[in-house]
Amino acid sequence: MASHALTHTGHGEINYLDYKGKYSGILGWIFSTDHKRIGLLYLSGVTLFFVVGIFLGLMLRLEQLTMGETVVSARTYNTLFTLHGVIMIFLIVIPAIPAVLGNFFLPIQVGAKDVAFPRLNLFSWWLYMTGAVLALVSLFTKGGFPDTGWTFYAPYNIRTTTNVPLAVFAVFILGFSSILTGLNFITTVHRLRAPGMTWFRLPLFVWALYATSWIQILATPVVGITMLLIFFERLTGVGIFDPAKGGDPILYQHLFWIYSHPAVYIMILPGMGVVTEIIPTFARRTIFGYKAIAASSLGIALAGSLVWGHHMFVSGQSYTASVVFSLLTFLVAIPTAIKVFNWVATLYKGSIHLEPPLLYALSFIFLFMIGGFTGVMLGVLSVDVHLHDTYFVVGHFHYVMFGGTMMAFIAGMHYWFPKMFGRMYNKRVATLAWALIFIGFNMLYFTMLILGFEGMPRRYYDHLPQYHSGHVVATVGSWILVLGLLIMIINLVRALKSGPKAEANPWQGTTLEWQVPSPPPHENFEEIPVVDRGPYDH
Amino acid sequence: MSSVAETAVHEEKHSDVIGAKMGMWLFLFTELLLFGGMFILYAAYRAKHQHEFFLSSAELNMPIGTLNTALLLTSSLTVALSIEALRRGSRNLSKLFLLATIVMGFGFLVNKYFEWSAKIHHGIYPNSPELLKASAGEQLFFSLYYVMTGLHGLHVLVGVLVLGWIYTLIQKNPTDPGNFIKLENGGLYWHLVDVIWIFLFPLFYLIS
Amino acid sequence: MEHHQAEHSVGYGTYVLVWLGLLVFTGLTVSVSGINLEALTVTVALLIAGFKTFLVMNYFMHLKFEPILFRLMVFVVIITFAIFLSLTFLDVLFR
Repeated sequence: MASHALTHTGHGEINYLDYKGKYSGILGWIFSTDHKRIGLLYLSGVTLFFVVGIFLGLMLRLEQLTMGETVVSARTYNTLFTLHGVIMIFLIVIPAIPAVLGNFFLPIQVGAKDVAFPRLNLFSWWLYMTGAVLALVSLFTKGGFPDTGWTFYAPYNIRTTTNVPLAVFAVFILGFSSILTGLNFITTVHRLRAPGMTWFRLPLFVWALYATSWIQILATPVVGITMLLIFFERLTGVGIFDPAKGGDPILYQHLFWIYSHPAVYIMILPGMGVVTEIIPTFARRTIFGYKAIAASSLGIALAGSLVWGHHMFVSGQSYTASVVFSLLTFLVAIPTAIKVFNWVATLYKGSIHLEPPLLYALSFIFLFMIGGFTGVMLGVLSVDVHLHDTYFVVGHFHYVMFGGTMMAFIAGMHYWFPKMFGRMYNKRVATLAWALIFIGFNMLYFTMLILGFEGMPRRYYDHLPQYHSGHVVATVGSWILVLGLLIMIINLVRALKSGPKAEANPWQGTTLEWQVPSPPPHENFEEIPVVDRGPYDH
Repeated sequence: MSSVAETAVHEEKHSDVIGAKMGMWLFLFTELLLFGGMFILYAAYRAKHQHEFFLSSAELNMPIGTLNTALLLTSSLTVALSIEALRRGSRNLSKLFLLATIVMGFGFLVNKYFEWSAKIHHGIYPNSPELLKASAGEQLFFSLYYVMTGLHGLHVLVGVLVLGWIYTLIQKNPTDPGNFIKLENGGLYWHLVDVIWIFLFPLFYLIS
Repeated sequence: MEHHQAEHSVGYGTYVLVWLGLLVFTGLTVSVSGINLEALTVTVALLIAGFKTFLVMNYFMHLKFEPILFRLMVFVVIITFAIFLSLTFLDVLFR
């Protein structure tokens, strides 16, 4: 695309890593309004919290290695899985792709010098860090971190002595951060596209982020107010959800899931966008069904907003609601399948280069399919009544969020790493890490699906003898998985320092970010490019 | 939409008035849905406790509510006039209208203060012994009343502060063309606060 | 201030007229509330509030003079809220 843009850039321009702004050193980062630097700020936050979240997950698995109370007490176990959930969801899976890869590449991919509101962008990173710090503070203050589960269900959120107010306030702040990122992206896509960059020449990653941003704008405020209401409830005793004061705890669940189900699509849509970028590049051919994929992003955003009640089949909501929500849930499978078919069709007869990014992208499709199919199973009203609150659910959402979103995030990191840092990582080590992650992942979470099918309930610190062997397999799987993750992270960190210099376009990608030098110059383009063809024309 | 693409290339991002307004509108959408969540709660609880909601509504002070509605509507007018005046270049007139808006915003809050104090004085406030004895519907009505009007009041306060800040900007740097878009966006925020009140008023005060 | 001139300018008079309309409808909704309309009470109140919002958004908030995209976005927001409300009521009404 825009071949003459290449000739204008590349010589004598200072890249964004070496650029000297108003401040130097660490201040030059935490007060930078450069979308690329902000992306990396998020990356450091996400990586740090990811390691913490992994550690908490390992602790949970370690407790389940044996029967009875061994590593942690029942109460500590409750706090651990709550913290694991809150960290993984609000600090990692939701911001990972939009805030790291989206911030870095969306402006470049649309041919802009920055997002529409650069200072707001920096502000939302500060909000993200504030939320994270508040969550951390709640660990050590007044009763410690909540033991409610990441869903903070009423009325337990009112009764528990743990520090619920601070934790839900942290979630509120994090939600605000996510909203501002969405706001920035929508305005950027509408207002800052380069000349000739029509809607149907946008890379599909941008389409996915655009759809995601709308969910962030429209659904996040609802969880914001829900968290605020808990906050007020705990501080003033105003009884909106408290049954003792006439409140209805089921309405809490409605408000919570009105956001938190669409939030699943905030997590997965950007991941699908990343995979849609990787597949045509490594198949060396244009994407199959561009418009169908673009439209299905919007379709998923829409359909995903209609189905939250499938989390509440056993909550006591009306049967009418359950039946309708169950039916609507099946709708989501349609746009999702459209994407999968188009990815497969793109690969078909392509000239496939099996590099690490593609390996991760392919395993995304495989793992996400399992997550999706088990999701449809859980969406079936009659089946869910049996599987609700079992390890089947835990296995299912880890397949979607970890096997889906995080796998796509890792794929994206391996795809764009040479562009972001101008260095290449060791591909053999990356492949080894991938293999370990893939094996460990399935050992851990597929076993969970089986355990859940056999009746193992979630959120218990202990288990009955008939589930013991399954738990042992899962725990060993978690070790393999974590080993793979550590090798993957270390491999990338090492490449940061000592990796060989990467070319501007090591994968022969066709979108705009591959037309600028690696790492990109401070202002992305010396001259705004004029776009005259589609994003994946090889 | 193709015209959007053509206008998209601005040498300076900050001169993109439409983009700035779009950002503000998107922010207003999140405010609408924030209150939307509470309106859903209101609707659900009212459907369940219709009679108690009617009874409780009668206890609210309708004249003050009506006065406050008129105040907010008028302040919306003055902020619109202030923007129009600035567009036409009459800065002093613009500042005068803006000041009127801020004063009326304060007036709204003062009324609200007296209204709340009277209720609290009668023992009706969250978790009060009196309210805990009341029926579920009445408790919910007043819980919602305090949370929704309280959060709305907070928005009025923020609006007053934002408009006050813009006032000082126009004062300090009268010729800065950036003032206009700031005032316009501040005005949009103010109107939204008005819109939310337009719904809060009948739902709480007029259903007896 | 070039592009400000290019935008549609609404006269002071129009704003005052809209304001008068808003006050009239406020008076209307207050006086109607005195009449016992049974179930219609809330419907009437919401219809009037809806119309007042229409006035504020179109004139005070300039929606009428913005690119059509803005109105489209507002429409999407209203639809979204309607979906959230009605699907919640599938539970509330049938429980």
